[in-house]
Formats: sequence, structure tokens, C-alpha cells
Amino acid sequence: MRTNRLGAALAVALTVTCMSGALVSCGSDEPAESPEAAPATAAPQGPAKLTYWTWAPNMDKIVKVWNDANPDIQVTVSKQAGGDDAAAKYLTAAKAGNPPDLVQAEYQHLPSFIAADAVADLKTETAPIKGEFSEGLWNLVTLGTDAVYGIPQDSGPMMLFYRKDLFDKHGIEVPETWQEYAEAARTVRKKDPKAYLGTFSSKDPGAFTGLAQQAGAQWWSISGESWKVDVADEPTRKVADYWGGLVKEDAIDDVPYFTPEWNKALNDGRLLTWPSAVWAPGVLSSNAPKAKGKWAVAPLPQWNAGENFSGFWGGSSTAVSARTPHKAAAAKFATWLNTDPKAIDLLVKEAAIYPATTKAQSALGEAPEYFSNQPDFWQQAAAVSAGARGFTFGPNVGVTYNAFKDGFDKALQDGTPFSAAVQAMQDATVADMRKSGFQIAS
Amino acid sequence: MAGVTAATAHRRRAHGASASRPWGVAPTALLLLGAIYCLFPVFWVLIAATKSPGELFSTSTLSFGTGFFDNVAELFAYRDGVFWLWAANTLIYAGGGALLSTAVSAVSGYALAKYRFPGRNAIFNLLIGGILVPAVVLAIPQYLLFSEIGLADSHWAVLLPQILHPYGIYLARVYAAAAIPDSLLEAGRIDGAGEWHLMSRVALPLMVPGMVTIFLFQFVAIWNNFLLPFIMLGDDGKFPLTVGLYTLLAAGANQPALYNLILTGALLSIVPLIALFLTMQRYWKTDLSSGAVK
Repeated sequence: MRTNRLGAALAVALTVTCMSGALVSCGSDEPAESPEAAPATAAPQGPAKLTYWTWAPNMDKIVKVWNDANPDIQVTVSKQAGGDDAAAKYLTAAKAGNPPDLVQAEYQHLPSFIAADAVADLKTETAPIKGEFSEGLWNLVTLGTDAVYGIPQDSGPMMLFYRKDLFDKHGIEVPETWQEYAEAARTVRKKDPKAYLGTFSSKDPGAFTGLAQQAGAQWWSISGESWKVDVADEPTRKVADYWGGLVKEDAIDDVPYFTPEWNKALNDGRLLTWPSAVWAPGVLSSNAPKAKGKWAVAPLPQWNAGENFSGFWGGSSTAVSARTPHKAAAAKFATWLNTDPKAIDLLVKEAAIYPATTKAQSALGEAPEYFSNQPDFWQQAAAVSAGARGFTFGPNVGVTYNAFKDGFDKALQDGTPFSAAVQAMQDATVADMRKSGFQIAS
Repeated sequence: MAGVTAATAHRRRAHGASASRPWGVAPTALLLLGAIYCLFPVFWVLIAATKSPGELFSTSTLSFGTGFFDNVAELFAYRDGVFWLWAANTLIYAGGGALLSTAVSAVSGYALAKYRFPGRNAIFNLLIGGILVPAVVLAIPQYLLFSEIGLADSHWAVLLPQILHPYGIYLARVYAAAAIPDSLLEAGRIDGAGEWHLMSRVALPLMVPGMVTIFLFQFVAIWNNFLLPFIMLGDDGKFPLTVGLYTLLAAGANQPALYNLILTGALLSIVPLIALFLTMQRYWKTDLSSGAVK
């Protein structure tokens, strides 16, 4: 619980400190800071030394390849904890005036970095590589504006992972629509009362966001100077009520993902599917190593038969700090890291990411070892990726995500409708944005 | 955890039924329950650390696994042995911080207890107020201040805020007031000892058991501290164990958490604490008794 709350605590404490006065300059007191930044920009003698906050495993090995080839731009990797806390920490460091030069930024947190003026616009530096990414991914780093705030690194299109052996045993067909998924869930309960087809996690807003995206949700959009917030839109309520109904009739479980109980259920074969993202093989192979070769992958069930939509869960970009004195060097490194074939190859092999560039996605050959029974794993992923749709994230995703956890925890506990929890997310998001001074179009 | 509380409640009920005759057993039983409550999680970490990743979630909670030595080897090999670096950092923060904090607490506590000077009560009340402010609340303001003077992301950023410890000063004052008789100091003054000499030769030796307590408190508090180093430090080469192990747990949405390494790391990181307590405890007891003899 502490780790979940930490991000929120940091954010709150920071706001309080900023509001409470002129003790230290933070927030938008940019002019006061510029005198110290100016001489640094003027005299970049010797090699540019860059620090890079990331949580991708083995990034130090990948960066070593760069450092050996580029003696004048030396990058130091500082491995951080990932997730929401990392975003809060970066914002705190940026406001205090000592952020790293480069930072791994999850797509959903990038808008909060932009709102805090913490990341640099890389429009000119990235003009040549724009075409390497799909339009959907590129929009996540531009928010639909002219500016470019990061270079996409990895992506997490969602797919349905299922236990092929148990599906065969119970005679269940792979569901192609969510209606079929619900039917299959009821069948599983009848055939094996100890098992569930799946579970709804009230601790993973990222997964729910992806499912809402698949249904066509648009939680935020920018029109002119103001934001439009529509977290409780029709597609989102549809998704929430669908899962709420299944949980209520006990057709699916409510164990949160990534908990010991969930791991145990996976190992015991008591969970038959996991609607997850393309990175799931890594998690499955580490948490349920014995089920190797028993899982298979299919596209997510659709809301209307014949469609081919998906959403994103996870994925991040490399952003450059707005305060770095070495912006050009940092952009050069970030470009290399995310578009150079050799670097992407290393990212895939060493850091186990699903690359963001379209070319690299289709070039992936051998299926993950855990899915060696499914040789077309990456082809499936590329097909799903083409139909995945995201949306513009707002500047306070952390608040929305915390409201998700609070609201859905409560809904599960009290048996109240999930759509009420979605409305609570909307209200919390709007209230927080108003408080922070964003203009909101109604 | 649910299992533990259920078991505890069950025991309590069973005990309530038979407790009417031997009342003398009740406190012992209660303490035993407390001990089980406190030691069970440690026991769980010990067991879990012996399990290989495959066994961790598939074998029974209380059965030992077979992967302990593999886990240890893997942990030490993780990122070229960064675990040792984190352990050394923790030792610097906890050892250095606790020593400095004990010194500051002892001197200030002694001064507050044995000297009358204007503002003494004001200072003491301010310190009492300081006890009421949780360190967590101060972490972000401290970070912004340290950024301002350019010390953020340095060892000092973690060491300095922990040196002034209001509760330690409070303990030292209480202990000094009780353990150092005024007449002893008077006698020393009559014999011509200076104030420095009085403090270092007469007062501080009498305060050693209290200082050991303060040292232990601070050492454990800093060893376990998470938020302050998490906020202060950006360079993963300066992380203490708590923040370092956390990077294994929160490995990002698309990476599996390295549970077996975290558990093994957690187990190894409490070994020094246990060792410290066992050795210091002996010292603690002898001094308490030696101080009792007039």
C-alpha cells in the first residue's frame, strides 16, 4: 500500500510546499533559475556528460555500446524504480532544479511533465525520424500538438493470453467478442468451480485504461486553450459495467494482478486467461515458469464481431529534460537509442521491450521462449498493434489512477456498480485539474 | 497475514476459556503471542528466501525451498554486485548517522538536563514539538532545501537530516537527569574540574547505556528509512538497500518483479541488524547493572 500511495503523497506534498510560499523557488519561477543555467549552456567544453533515469533492465549495457562509440557524449545510467513513483520523483527533481538530462517517461505521465515545463520540445531534432513510428504512438508524444516531447521507446498493445491446454480440456473456443468471453466465463465456473476464466484487478488502472481505449474511450482532449475531460464517457461505462456484472455474478474473480494470490492462481491453473499486453510473456515466465508452453495468445475479444481494435497497457518514451544544458546531445542519444537498428536489437534482447518503431515490430523473429509453441507470436502482436488505439492523456493521470484504485476497491468491497467508480474518477480528475488552474471546457 | 490474525484470534479465544485458574500464565502467554506476531513475518521471509522463482508461488507457504544458494548467487551477481554497494551505503548512512546523532543527542540532552540557562524550556518545548512532526512530512521540504544549496543527490543529503533527532535528545535529557547526580557534578566542580572535563569524564560515561539505546534506535530507523533517500538520491550508486531493493520490485509495468532476489536481499539486509542487537544488548545490560551499583 505504501508504494501505491507514495506517488500521490509526493505530489500532494510538493504542491503544498510550492503553495506555502517563497521558501524555495519551485514551479514556474523559471527566470530566477536561468542565470545559473546560462553559463552552463555557453561552455559545453569536453565531452557532454548526461545522466539518464530509466528502469529498463540492462540499460547500462546498451548505453555502454553508445559510450564506446561516442566519446564526446557520455551517458550515465541511473536505474530507478519504475511506475508512478518514478514520475512523481522526476517531477519533484525537475521542480527543485536538478533533474537528470534524460528520463524514461511512460506515455500516461508525459503530459504531467509537459504541464510542469519539465521536458524539452524536440521538434527539430526528431523531424527526420517521425516516419518510423505509427501515427497512434507518435500522437502519444505530441498530444496532438506541433511539439514533440519524447521519442517513443516501447509500446504495449493488449492481447488475450489464455491457457490453451485448459481451454481444450473444457472444450472452450477462444472468445472473439466480449459476449463470448462472458459466456466462456460462466462455462468455466460450471466445469471447474475452483477456476475462473479471468479476474478484474482494481489495482491496475493501466489495464482498465487499455480496455477502455479498445472500446473507443477518449478521456482527455485539448481544444484550443482548454481541456475536455470525459473519463466517464459511454465506452468507459460500458467496459466498467461489463466487468462489474461479471464480478457480481461471480463469473470472474476479483484478485488483483501481480499479487501473490494471483501468482498462485496462475501456477495452479485456476486462472485461464489474462487480457494483458505484449510484454506478458516476461511476467508469466517469471511468475509461473512451470506453465511454459501451455499458454497461447489471441487478439483481444471485440465489442462488435469483425472489428480489430486493441488498447495500450504500458509503454514509454525517452524524454529530454527542459533544463539540460546539452539538449542537442541528449536528443542525439535518444534518437540513436530508439531508432538505430543495433540499439533496438539490444533493447529487445537485453531489456525485453516491445519496440515502438514499425519496422522493428515487424522484424521480430523468434517467439519468446515461454511461447515457443506459438511461432507466429510476433506476427500476431504486429497485427494487433496495427489496430491498437490510444488516447491523449491528461496532465494529472496520477490523480485519475488513484481515483480508479479507490473507487474500484470500494465498488468491489461494497458490491456497488462499477459505473459509479468511473464517475468518481471523472469527478476527482476534473476537481484536481480545476485546482491546478487548468481551463476545462464543459 | 489473514491466516496469522485468524490464528491469533483463535488462540486468544481458546486461552480465555482456560485462563481462569492459573493467572500467572497469562502474561507469558500474551508475550508469547506477541513474539509469534512479530517473528512470524521474519520466519516467512526466511522461508520465502529459500525458494526458487518456480517454487515461490507454487509450493506451500511454510515449506522450505531448494533455491537459497542460487538466489544468493544471483543477487550478488545482479548488475555486477550492486547489492554490496547498496549495503555499504546503508552502513555509511546508518552507522555514520547513528553515531553523529548519538553524539549530538547526548551533548544536548546533558546540557538541557544539567544547566540552567535562559531559553532552556523554550528549546526543550520546541524539541518536544519536533517529535510530533513525522519525518516523512519533512522529506520534501528538506529535499528542496538541499537542492537549493546544491547538496541533493549526495551522501550528505541523507546523513545530515538524520543527525538532529528530537526524540534522541529527549531520551538523553531524561536519562541524564536520572543517571547523573547533581552532587557528583558539584563535587567535580569543587575539585576544580572544567565543564568540558566534567562532561567528558563524569557525565558521558554515566550516560553510556542511554547512548546505546539512542544509537540503536537511530541505527534501525536510518537502516529502514525509505522515503528520505528515495527522494534525495538520483544516482543509483548512492542508494541504500531499501531504495535499491525497491528498484527490483517496481521494475516498471512491463517487467516482472524479481521477487526471489528481493526476498533474499531483504533477509540478508536484516542480518546485520540482528547481529547488532545481539552484541549491543549484552553491552547494554552490563552497563545498566554496573550503573546501578552505587
